[in-house]
Amino acid sequence: MKKNQWYNNQIFPWLLPIVIVILWQVLGQLNLIKSTMLPTPFEVVEAGIRLFQTGELQENVYISTKRAVIGFAIGGAIGFLLGLFNGTILFFEKLTDTSIQMIRTIPHLALIPLVILWFGIGESAKIFLVAVGVMFPIYINTFSGIKNVDRKLIEMGKVYGMSKWQLFTNIILPGAMPNILVGIRYALGVTWISLIVAETIGAEGGIGYMATTAREFMQMDVVVLTIVLYAILGKLSDFIAKLCEQRLLKWNPAYRKN
Amino acid sequence: MFGIELQNVGKSFGNNEVLRDINLSIPKGSFTAIVGKSGCGKSTLLRVIAGLENVTSGSLAYTDGKAKRSDIRIMFQDDRLLPWESILKNVAIGGVGIKEAEAALEKVGLDGKKDAWPDELSGGQKQRVALARALASKPDVLLFDEPLGALDALTRMEMQHLIEGLWQEQKFTSVLVTHDVSEAVHLADRVIVLDEGGIQMDKQIDLPRQRERDEKFTSYEKNILDKIVGG
Repeated sequence: MKKNQWYNNQIFPWLLPIVIVILWQVLGQLNLIKSTMLPTPFEVVEAGIRLFQTGELQENVYISTKRAVIGFAIGGAIGFLLGLFNGTILFFEKLTDTSIQMIRTIPHLALIPLVILWFGIGESAKIFLVAVGVMFPIYINTFSGIKNVDRKLIEMGKVYGMSKWQLFTNIILPGAMPNILVGIRYALGVTWISLIVAETIGAEGGIGYMATTAREFMQMDVVVLTIVLYAILGKLSDFIAKLCEQRLLKWNPAYRKN
Repeated sequence: MFGIELQNVGKSFGNNEVLRDINLSIPKGSFTAIVGKSGCGKSTLLRVIAGLENVTSGSLAYTDGKAKRSDIRIMFQDDRLLPWESILKNVAIGGVGIKEAEAALEKVGLDGKKDAWPDELSGGQKQRVALARALASKPDVLLFDEPLGALDALTRMEMQHLIEGLWQEQKFTSVLVTHDVSEAVHLADRVIVLDEGGIQMDKQIDLPRQRERDEKFTSYEKNILDKIVGG
């Protein structure tokens, strides 16, 4: 890989989004795009400031983020533990893997009617949906990560007198970590998708709720604002996952900072 | 220190008989080399000695009653360093302390690299780290499974020197599996030729160390090679 190219820096990846936003603004001001169809970036920012001043913005972002974090934590923990047990203990793998693979093929958003009947449209319905969506990518990646740890390293560990616990913490877990992190990044995407759908269907707070009410009052600027908010939150969580990768995989030359 | 006794050892994988009727007594502190064609069972024999494979028939014993499998270390053909640990942490595994690990690294001349990652080292350096890791716990028995096979000729000579020097200093019981007859004659007191799972030849090498490639050396070498090729 060439490292010293002019385009290999922090700023370059932002060039394209910036150009698109400027173009959007210009086309909007020239009335080539009607603001009833798509408000200009300035109008969206104004809507953001307005809602910030009333406090609605922070309130709803907080509610959505809280749902995302709780759902991710529950689903992630279940997926990770299942992957761990099924990856290390053959009995558990034989017992549960086939069933999990079967359930996995169901799109989790297809459960929405069922979830509404079970939980109503309260908090637990949304957290449940996020957790179910997050669980599978983390399970599959943890499981295959553990299964693919170099057997030769494990044999070395045994010859060199490592205990079972040391084998796990020094060889199996770090060996599976690249896969686990791939699962986490993928699951973060699933988190926001699940939340967007769940909040649009029925909620009394959150970004999706903001979008639905804005639609009813034909507030195009707020509708677009909510889309932008999801994009920012999604990018932010991916950024945090990337930081984790750089920290946990710093031994891997692909992740080491030059 | 302890030696190893194998009595009528046989090993099969399914219907495939890999070792048959091996009787071998390896005295403590000695340096034994096992040579043979690929597929002759030499690596399996080493794994049996290490306790990584159970014998199908016969028995394996360590000649000191208190000896444990944990006093045995193996140096593998590949370095098997943990890519996510620093060089120092790679040596300080399985109950080896930092001080012992540093001392072992110094012995192989790599104390300057202790904070590096394994992938920053050359193949020869990685094998030196693997040697340091094997030595750090002061093992009674050190088994070498073609540890120099993947190295270039110059690095291999360097490593042979290093292994010989450390063996003379610490006198651990050594068993070296190799396909390189010259390496076997260079390092071992005794060379065993294995063919189709059985011992074909058991030869003492009576040459002073450091061994030079003189006439006697090459006659040993030729003798053993003929046995391997001729069967």
